[in-house]
Amino acid sequence: MSAALRHLRYVLGENPVTLASFALFVVLVAVAVLGPWIEPYDPLATDAMHALTPPSAGHWCGTDAVGRDILSRIIAATRLDLGIAFAAVVLSFAIGALAGLAAGYFGGWTERAVGRAADTIMAFPLFVLAMGIVAALGNTTANIVYATAIINMPLYARVARTEASVLRQAGFIEAARLGGNGEMRILLAQVLPNTMPLLAVQMSLTMGYAILNAAGLSFIGLGISPPTPEWGIMVAEGASNIISGEWWVALFPGLALMLAVFCFNLLGDGLRDLIDPRRRT
Amino acid sequence: MSEASPLLAVVDLSIEFRTRGGTVRALEKVAFDIGRGETVALVGESGSGKSVTAYAALGLLDPAARVTSGRIVFGGIDLLTAGERALEEMRGREVSLISQNPRGALNPIRPVGKQLADVLLRHANVPRVEAPQRAVEMLAKVGIPDPARRAAAYPFELSGGMCQRVTIALALACSPALLIADEPTTGLDVTTQAVVMDLLAELAAASHMATILITHDLALAGEYADRIVVMHAGHVVESATAGELFIRPRHPYTAKLIAATPKPGTQLADLAAIPGNLPDVTRADLPTCRYSARCERHSKTCDAPLPLVAIGPSHMVACWQPL
Amino acid sequence: MGRLIWTRLLAAAPSVIGVIVVTFVLTRALPGDPAAYFAGPAATQQAIAEIRHSLGLDRSLPEQFLVYVEDLAHGRLGNSLSTGQPVVEELLTRLPASLELTALALVLSVAIAVPLGITAAQRPNSWIDHLCRIVSTAGVSLPTFFTGLLLVYVFYYLLGWAPAPLGRLDLAYSPPPARTGFYIPDSLLSGDAATALAALRQIALPALTLAIFTLAPIARMTRAAMLSVLSADFIRAARANGLARRRIVYVYAFRNAMLPVLTTLGMVFSFLLGANVLVEKVFAWPGIGSYAIEALIDSDYASVQGFVLAMALVYILLNLSIDILYGVIDPRAAVSA
Repeated sequence: MSAALRHLRYVLGENPVTLASFALFVVLVAVAVLGPWIEPYDPLATDAMHALTPPSAGHWCGTDAVGRDILSRIIAATRLDLGIAFAAVVLSFAIGALAGLAAGYFGGWTERAVGRAADTIMAFPLFVLAMGIVAALGNTTANIVYATAIINMPLYARVARTEASVLRQAGFIEAARLGGNGEMRILLAQVLPNTMPLLAVQMSLTMGYAILNAAGLSFIGLGISPPTPEWGIMVAEGASNIISGEWWVALFPGLALMLAVFCFNLLGDGLRDLIDPRRRT
Repeated sequence: MSEASPLLAVVDLSIEFRTRGGTVRALEKVAFDIGRGETVALVGESGSGKSVTAYAALGLLDPAARVTSGRIVFGGIDLLTAGERALEEMRGREVSLISQNPRGALNPIRPVGKQLADVLLRHANVPRVEAPQRAVEMLAKVGIPDPARRAAAYPFELSGGMCQRVTIALALACSPALLIADEPTTGLDVTTQAVVMDLLAELAAASHMATILITHDLALAGEYADRIVVMHAGHVVESATAGELFIRPRHPYTAKLIAATPKPGTQLADLAAIPGNLPDVTRADLPTCRYSARCERHSKTCDAPLPLVAIGPSHMVACWQPL
Repeated sequence: MGRLIWTRLLAAAPSVIGVIVVTFVLTRALPGDPAAYFAGPAATQQAIAEIRHSLGLDRSLPEQFLVYVEDLAHGRLGNSLSTGQPVVEELLTRLPASLELTALALVLSVAIAVPLGITAAQRPNSWIDHLCRIVSTAGVSLPTFFTGLLLVYVFYYLLGWAPAPLGRLDLAYSPPPARTGFYIPDSLLSGDAATALAALRQIALPALTLAIFTLAPIARMTRAAMLSVLSADFIRAARANGLARRRIVYVYAFRNAMLPVLTTLGMVFSFLLGANVLVEKVFAWPGIGSYAIEALIDSDYASVQGFVLAMALVYILLNLSIDILYGVIDPRAAVSA
């Protein structure tokens, strides 16, 4: 265990930006987990008397059009947005990476089938496809997760497929085969762990994209419905206020959104630079 | 040493590279010269600093390189202090370079005829409309069959040997006074090697062009060069005419190199490997003679500063205990 | 050249088929009863059955699919359930607005990102290089709709430079006679400079928002590709042959670097077509993006399906163009087709 910790410390120490984004990541997760306990107000409690007040000592981020405290809503939204993105990424990884590994490892018609499926998904502009999926399946949070997961699967499939087809020829895989291990076993116990670093980078990067996607979908009115606090919805609610100058209603949720996405992108970049310095840009 | 003033004179050249592992003292007090129409070979193992000298002459060193002393005098100017514009004028027109990866030296998405025309238009004052025709003529001159059709070809459509001919055409397009050939045959198969070298020799003779032939192949140097300069770990250790070098080498390293070079009739068992490796040139405490660690004639007197001493007409050696 | 186009067309065919099948599946084969949905909660069984029949939903799935494909072949995308108009017509009416916006954004984006990337690659660690890297990293993290709102706040509310985000043209002006459907060229063609200027003022912020979004990947890839190409052997050889710096950077290096940039454009288009929808909402831009949003709110499935299919086909067409352009620039690709 301590070896893993030491490695983690090395990974983080190499690049201060990676360290900063990791710290931010920890903060985000903490806010998401501790949400209900650190919210200053009830995120759903309205207060018509104090609607649209600018940031003040009592309300650090001001209040929205029906008097709800924006900071509390942002904190509550952290849990929802991170949760959606995380679920989508895990689902995407589970199906996409496995399909890609199988495609790269077994080749043949598996590879063709997975390739076709991935190509078909990629033939759509991804956000548009997500819109179509949520529109078809219905306006629920679960469907946002599914839609986001589906549009990210091809990416995992492609990375996994490339790695698996390279590893297929590797010496230790041959050894495992000669040792009598079944193909499925080799795939899961040998090939998968070796592709994890690259896939981990991918997961971090798609977290950022998944958050943007979910927020975008709710911004146009799909998926999450008011009064549930979610960053995209909050920005949408604040949009009409911006024109009349009440900037805080949209700004703070937008900033939270930006920070979260930025954090995952930097983390992913840092991880990628560490794992494969050749790809450094 | 030639009687007339040399075309290119490298004087006291020292170059170092800053790397993550420390400072690499790649060249130390390297000196040699070359006269008009001469072919001089720079011979040494990989890592001996031969290519660095060539790129220094053209001002194409890596940004991490620093020249710590010396001059490279060409046509009365010190190339190391000449500005970039002066160098740009000179490259391709007075001094040219060909190197060891012929296909890699060509623009992959541009027809070779156009690449030739680019050089011609740049240096040779050729009217734009005539450039394509002149390009075809150059291709013919380097022995490419069906040059008109080949001019429209892309590098990936040509063989390695053809690509090398094209790079030769590019280098010779403006009849430079000096050609630097950096391992021109290393990437080619043996038959093509001979053909390319013969072509170079023929073209050089025809236009009285001087050639610096950089190679690790002593036999090749012996066959095509007038004079040979032997380098080891960034030092020049011996310099002599080709004939004299082979008959009477004076530096222990040269002798070992000759012994390690296959000749017709040699058995594999006869070839003697040179013991040891090139010294680590990042060390600060390098001995003055960088060959000492591998030399069986080494003694305490070898630690004194080492000059390049003439021991015969046009024969120099840097050794306290020459053979 | 003809062979290149033909092979690329063939390669795109499976995607077209896939897209058609997926859009069909999305709206027909999923659980739930669209007929009941459209009929509304208060409808009688008979009303629902009638609607089902009129929508052709009482036939078997394969039959429905064939009808769907046949309709497509004749350029029919069904009728909008809320307005009753053919979806194709409605899309075509709204298309020029989106095209004008997207095209301008793309031009703006490329005009900024490419020179930025080239300069950054030539001057490593200069301020331009740092700027390029910041733009590339920050740009991909910015939510488009948020950037749009910020720009509105700064340039409309605070500075008053930009007009209110209320669509393509201020109410004081009327649209120019339609020749291309694009307001700016059309106004100029009828000699109406004032309207052209007004249209330009309206399109400025939304185009800028979209451009900021696509700047990042293009700048990043241009810089990376140029760095990679500039360190290649043939560039050093070109310098050794004494070619002028301008020629080396633009003709030798950039044309080679353009290849990965072109490939990136494919991905950029995917993001662009999606971001279009968001920007059209923020700026009340009457393009196909806001058409889709309205259709979603109305649960107008025919329109949504038509929109998704249309966007997908446009995207396939764009990718095809990129592929062909790539083959024109890189002779090696044409051979390996």
